[in-house]
Amino acid sequence: MLELTPQEWTAVALSLRVAAVSTVVALPFGIAIATLLARKNFWGKSLVDAVVLLPLVLPPVVTGYLLLITFGRRAPVGGFLADHFGIVFSFRWTGAALACGIMAFPLMVRAIRLSIEAIDGRLEDAAATLGANRIWLFLTITLPLALPGIIAGMMLAFARALGEFGATITFVSNIPGETQTISAAIYTLTQVPGGDSAALSLVIVAVIISLAALIASEWLARRATARLHGE
Amino acid sequence: MLTVDIEKKLGAFTLNASFASKSGATVLFGPSGAGKTGVINMIAGLLKPDRGRIALDGEALFDSAARTDVPAWRRRIGYVFQEGRLFPHLSVRHNLDYGRWIGGHAADAAAFSHAVELLDIGGLLDRRPGKLSGGERQRVAVGRALLMRPRLLLLDEPLASLDEARKQEILPYFERLRDEARVPLIYVSHDAGEVRRIASRVVRIDDGKVVAAGAVELLSA
Repeated sequence: MLELTPQEWTAVALSLRVAAVSTVVALPFGIAIATLLARKNFWGKSLVDAVVLLPLVLPPVVTGYLLLITFGRRAPVGGFLADHFGIVFSFRWTGAALACGIMAFPLMVRAIRLSIEAIDGRLEDAAATLGANRIWLFLTITLPLALPGIIAGMMLAFARALGEFGATITFVSNIPGETQTISAAIYTLTQVPGGDSAALSLVIVAVIISLAALIASEWLARRATARLHGE
Repeated sequence: MLTVDIEKKLGAFTLNASFASKSGATVLFGPSGAGKTGVINMIAGLLKPDRGRIALDGEALFDSAARTDVPAWRRRIGYVFQEGRLFPHLSVRHNLDYGRWIGGHAADAAAFSHAVELLDIGGLLDRRPGKLSGGERQRVAVGRALLMRPRLLLLDEPLASLDEARKQEILPYFERLRDEARVPLIYVSHDAGEVRRIASRVVRIDDGKVVAAGAVELLSA
């Protein structure tokens, strides 16, 4: 049943790569924004909050289109990055990772923000009296205590990236071997006569990957929580 | 020598405290809600006074006139909180070691074992704070503050969360701390019995103001 063609295996590998890269690259930004939203009050905070959440409520096609006119090869930001840093997003797997990262960002930020908000700020005061400046305090107290939320956020982002379809296909199209992820490959197979059984194999693979990611993150989060409570 | 002369508005309540403390244990004594914790939070740098000056051994920690406000992490003032506030993700050993480590100082095995012995916490080193009793937690909190080599140690009702038997168990450690560790203490309490055992000097605070300061006999007045 699980006989995939090399092209389908490529789609699976690409999906994993795109999801992993987008999650890892989004993480530092996610932690920074989540900390900012959880801990600081500043003018325009609700606007920042809304912009971060936007990809969650916009139709993915709209997000994809916005990416296209911002990060496309001839678009302002995309052109600048390509000319000065050699980073090209359009019709590349990197563009798929960018689209997935942006689509997954609100979920990641939300999970991390909640866990930072749940931290007892008095522990941070205690660390300050012991000589920890802001950076050390963040690294040794805030971050470890937020770890369960960070793991949950990464898991959500990874899952969201695996399932991303609309923004990715709009932004970087559906090129086998370059931007064709599992979702796009399944969609393509369902559009051709007799492709259903191959599509089913990919669907099973997608289910297995998602389940594995879920179990792994549950296990990690449980371990992290147990560590915090002294077991 | 610590000198405090500060003013701070907290809602409808105004804190207006002025006192000095030398070696030994100075107890800030007064009813709950009198502003004692506010005062030591300002000494620690966790709360910013509106006006005034706080100086330790001649160095201004806060001076509104000179716009001086040394951040808490650079004051080197140990603080034992009412609820311990041990770091739940670190073992007792790492909690104790945190101040030394974060300050970038070399490990000092003699100081470590001296504090562990003084507070009798040798058996707890590999446990996590979540597995400690209230009394054990407070002793570790004292050790943690002591091992950062503070210039001054603040204790905010460190026994308030404990029952009478636990209090009697821990008080002797505080007496040893006062007599053996050569660091001045500022001890906040509303319990006269506790104050009699600990205090070298008493500062009475009521309704945000210092109403009297002097020897322990002040309590019976």
